[in-house]
Order: sequence, then C-alpha cells, then structure tokens
Amino acid sequence: MTDHSLALPAGIDTGVTASIRRIGAMVRRNWYLLRGSWPRLLELCYWPTVQLVLWGFLNTYLAHQSSFFAQVFGVLLAGVILWNVLFRSQLGLSLSFMEELWSRNLGNIMVSPLRPGEFVAALLSMSLIRTLIGVVPITFLAMAFFGFSVYGLGIALVVFFINLLATGWAMGLFVSGLILRFGLGAETLAWALVFPLEPLSGVYYPLSTLPGWLQVVAHALPTSYVFEGMRAVLVDHTEHWHLAAIAGGLNIVYLAAAAFWFRRMFEAARRRGLLLQLGE
Amino acid sequence: MVQDTPRGSEAAILVKRLTKRYGKVLAVDDISFSVERGSVTALLGGNGAGKTTTIAMLLGIVLPTSGAIAILGEDMRAHRYRLLPRMNFQSPYVDLPHRLTVAENLTVFAQLYGARKPRDRVLELARDLDLEPFLKRPTGQLSAGQKTRVALAKALINRPELLLLDEPTASLDPDTADWVRSYLARYKAERGATILLASHNMVEVERLADQVLMMRGGGIVARGAPTELLARFDRRTMEEVFLDLARNRREPEPLNAAE
Repeated sequence: MTDHSLALPAGIDTGVTASIRRIGAMVRRNWYLLRGSWPRLLELCYWPTVQLVLWGFLNTYLAHQSSFFAQVFGVLLAGVILWNVLFRSQLGLSLSFMEELWSRNLGNIMVSPLRPGEFVAALLSMSLIRTLIGVVPITFLAMAFFGFSVYGLGIALVVFFINLLATGWAMGLFVSGLILRFGLGAETLAWALVFPLEPLSGVYYPLSTLPGWLQVVAHALPTSYVFEGMRAVLVDHTEHWHLAAIAGGLNIVYLAAAAFWFRRMFEAARRRGLLLQLGE
Repeated sequence: MVQDTPRGSEAAILVKRLTKRYGKVLAVDDISFSVERGSVTALLGGNGAGKTTTIAMLLGIVLPTSGAIAILGEDMRAHRYRLLPRMNFQSPYVDLPHRLTVAENLTVFAQLYGARKPRDRVLELARDLDLEPFLKRPTGQLSAGQKTRVALAKALINRPELLLLDEPTASLDPDTADWVRSYLARYKAERGATILLASHNMVEVERLADQVLMMRGGGIVARGAPTELLARFDRRTMEEVFLDLARNRREPEPLNAAE
C-alpha cells in the first residue's frame, strides 16, 4: 500500500476554491454520464427539434395566409425556442438530481464533503449545460429552415434567457425537494409541472387573450413578462425593460423560496432516514 | 452536544445516549459506546437491529432523535463538513453510477474529497486493489466482487482516518471476502485507521474486530472483545454467541447506560 499525501490535510480543505472543486466534480460526473450515453444527448435535442419543425411550418403557413402573420413572422418560432429554455432548464435540473437516485449514488454524495448548497450549484450548472445542448441547435435550425434568427432579439435575448433559466431552476428545485421528501413516486412531476405555464404565460399569444382571473394568475409568473417582452421586441420593435425587471424580481423571490424548500426537504429526508433509501 | 476536544488523544467515536425514532418505531434505543483510535469495532445484530441506522447517524445522513456523537474529537452535528473529509463509508445500500467507468467514478470522488491529483490517486488505488484491468469498464458491468473492490476504493479515496463499513463482504465469495478482510487489516495497520463495521459474518468479526457491539431491537445487548464474549457466554464461536442473543437464550447485559 503506497502512501502519498495527495489529499489536502483535514481542516484546510475549505473556502471558495474547495467549493468550486467539489461543484466541478459533480459537473464532471454528469458530463461523463452525458458523454457516454448518446440516447441522453439525443433526448436533449429531440423534442425541441420536433417542436421547432411543427411550429415552423405552422408559422410559414400562417404567414402565407395573413399579412399580419407575415409581418410578425418569427413570433411563434421565438416562442418555441424560449419555451424550450424554460422547459429544458427545469428538466435539466430535475433529471440531474434524479440521476443520483436512479443510480443509488445519493448516499455516497451526501456523506462526501459536498455541501447541499454546492450540490444545488452543481445541479444549476448541469441545467445550464443541458439547456444549451437542447436549445442552441434549434436556433440554428430555425435560421437554416425558416430564415428566423432568435439572435435578432439582441441583448433582450440574454435577459429573456436568464429569466427563463431562473424560473426553470426554481421549478426544478421545487420538484427535486418533492422527490427528496416523497421519493421517485414524485418524478412524473419533473415532466408535468411545467406545462401549465405554457398556456398561462402566453407563450404563443398575448396575455390579454386570457380571461381576467387567469390574467391575475399569469401576472404572478415571471414567464408571462418574458413572453410579453418578447412580443414587444418582435411585433412593436420596442424593448420593455420594466417587464424584464418584474420578471427578474419575481424570479429572485421564487428562487429563494425554492432553495428554502429544497433545504427543508433535505433536512426532512435526514430526519426520516430517506437519504440512504431513495432509489429505484 | 458533545464538547470538542483536541485532536489525537480522544476516542475516534464517542456516542452518548443515542436514540432514533421513526414515528412509533424505535430504531436505535439509547445506546452509548466509544471506539478507540486505530481499532476495529464490529456492530453485530440481526436484520432490523439498528446497525445501519447507527452508522447513518455517525455519518450525519440520518439525524438522531436525541443523544450526541463525537467523531475524532469533534461534535458531528456542529462540525459535520469539517469531519467528512476525514472519514468515508461503504454500504450495500448505495451504489456507484453504473454507466460511468471505474476510473470516471473514482476520479469524481477523488475530486469531491479534495485529492490534489485525482488521476494519480485513482491509479494508486487501482494498483493497491487490483482494479487496473477494469478501470475503463463501466461499473455496472463488473462482477459483485469487482464492484465491492471499486466501492472499497471509493471508501479509501481520501485515506480516511475513520472508515465505516456496512456489511463489507456481503454477497462475496469466500476468496474475495478473505481478500477484502486482509486488505482492511493491512490498511488499519499501516495507517492507524479506525474501522467500524456492521456485519453478519462471524468469521469476519472474529478475525478483524478488537471490540464487538451486539445489537438487538435498537439497543446494545452485549459488548467486549471477541475472546471476552466467547468466555462470558461459554461458547466456542461468535456465531453461537450471536444466536444466543438473537434468540433470547441469554438476557441482555445492562450495558446501555453511558460509559
């Protein structure tokens, strides 16, 4: 048995550098998984591509039928692309978390020096990576097949992207907390929970289309401000930064609440002895 | 809360009046024990005796209902993240991701535990544990014995001062099990590490353990060195001692009070 002192001495393995290294280890673990599993990589791009093609042809058809749609060509496509940012970021976080349960690895991770906050940071990082893998290719497909560039949104695209990513993270943390507490029986929520936001956020139509009481609900969602802002840029060619600011404020509240929820569920799982039992 | 003490002189594990309830189920019932540094202690008991829950509480992934735990002289609850880099564990209740290769899994944990050169540490362990032929194979494709060695490599990745093992040789053939026991004995001797292991294997216990804690119904019903227990129970093997206690042929000793 050889004896080198490769591990850092106990007691000094703290601080930001150590924290970043542990987060990096978890990102590396997920990257190994993606790199070695083409079905997982394909899944990330498959549904966004199918959706883009469907809505792209619908957009093209409507543009041929109506001068209004011809003028606002791209609204539906931008909606599809931005919706997938939200969907993929939420799913990316939840799936990265569930991978640890499916592989029965959560116990190993939770007895390592990785702190819950670092675990969450790793999940957020993986969500970003998975979102980029899923969404960037369809932005180029939209350019190649339908002559629409979402990058034409300019700096607003960055603001929309960050806001949708944050909403997805908040939802992903909420779902992961539920799974921590109730086990993999709650995993279907990872796919289902986000879908009510599609009609409520006005992804493909203005919020004014909704009945009054649903508009009240919609105004509590950061996503509705993002999609209203998107239409303002594409239809009216104006940037309504106040909408982005409201979305940002709501996202801060929801992210803080989701982080608090995840932490509470983590502690509940420790109390109930679930961290060793969670798995398939 | 157990008061912190300076490193070096104190027990590796000091447990005082530890209890864990899951609703109405009493999983661990007011146990107290200490484990000397550099020793091997075996937790024995039938299924549901409370061994795994005890180990999980020592690791901090299960919160005790009451009681205190000091690990390596520090309060576990207050200093968990300072202690975790100095300890590690292996359990049949957890697994390493099957799709990742052995090298990938070990590299991830080397990085998590702060190895300065993760790849070097992985290669070193691969040499020590005869894992070199499997390093590039997906972990899920290994035999039970090979998986156990990989899990052991993960448990040793940070050269832990305290190693907690839950049934380390369960489902292994006698040859592999013997190899694992030899390796653990060598690791303990060379590094002065402390090992706490839960086991159903009496041969393992007689061979490795300096101290045995017999558990039943969440409590400790007997304790002592294997030779002491054999003499006290007037039995030839630990298996006979175990059966006496498991089948209520002997009254539990009054040992649950704090030492």
